[in-house]
Amino acid sequence: MRVYFDVSALRRTKWGEYAVRFLFGGAITLIAGILAKQYGPVFGGLFLAFPAIFPSSVTLIEKHEREKKQNAGIPRTIRGRLAAALDARGTAMGGIGLACFGLVVWKLLPVWKPAPVLFVALVVWFAVSFLIWRARKFHLMR
Amino acid sequence: MLQYLFRFVVGGLIVSAFAALGGTVKPKSFAGLFGAAPSVALATLGLTIQASGKQFASTEARSMIAGALAFCFYACVSHYLLAKRRLSAAAVSIGGLGLWLIAALGAWLLVLKQ
Repeated sequence: MRVYFDVSALRRTKWGEYAVRFLFGGAITLIAGILAKQYGPVFGGLFLAFPAIFPSSVTLIEKHEREKKQNAGIPRTIRGRLAAALDARGTAMGGIGLACFGLVVWKLLPVWKPAPVLFVALVVWFAVSFLIWRARKFHLMR
Repeated sequence: MLQYLFRFVVGGLIVSAFAALGGTVKPKSFAGLFGAAPSVALATLGLTIQASGKQFASTEARSMIAGALAFCFYACVSHYLLAKRRLSAAAVSIGGLGLWLIAALGAWLLVLKQ
């Protein structure tokens, strides 16, 4: 299956929806910092993996798919929920990549400079997530 | 106060950027990968290294692994409830945050706190 960009999807998202994501993301980052300062890095670190993007993404996917079907004259549909389920499956794979991101930072940060560590960790997150996704697609096609 | 505001703005921007990127890629299962992007971690770790040092940030990253595995569990349960039970995405994803918190706190109590 081919991976591609559909920039028109950005226009379907309303400014209010962008604002909610910004406020939620900002609030979570702030809370994660405050918790680490208050209760220490062992407890505060849990919140570095807080699901800040997923809830709004799946909610918007369901809403946009439902609106698309309603515009096509289909008032009731489960397609939105099935599309959201596909997104959730991808997110579960990304969660494993996220754990690998944490592993790289944990092991390399004490010995390397911060910027390369964060860059390598980001590459590892994407590579692991992509390989799991690709392996599943390959398994389904066989 | 200014430091908190800076953290809020940086976090908001990075989370929004990853969310927008995830919204533009297709197919949907691939776009889902970006739902678990390390957005909060990227926003937080850089600022934490500056403020508290590399060792503090490294310890945070170790706990992040447990949080990420809890996230993976939460996403799997969400997938099941959306695909098989056909529940609404808002109810599943927002209600499921409690599940993430329980799983992450459980890992903290059983493994990390020792």
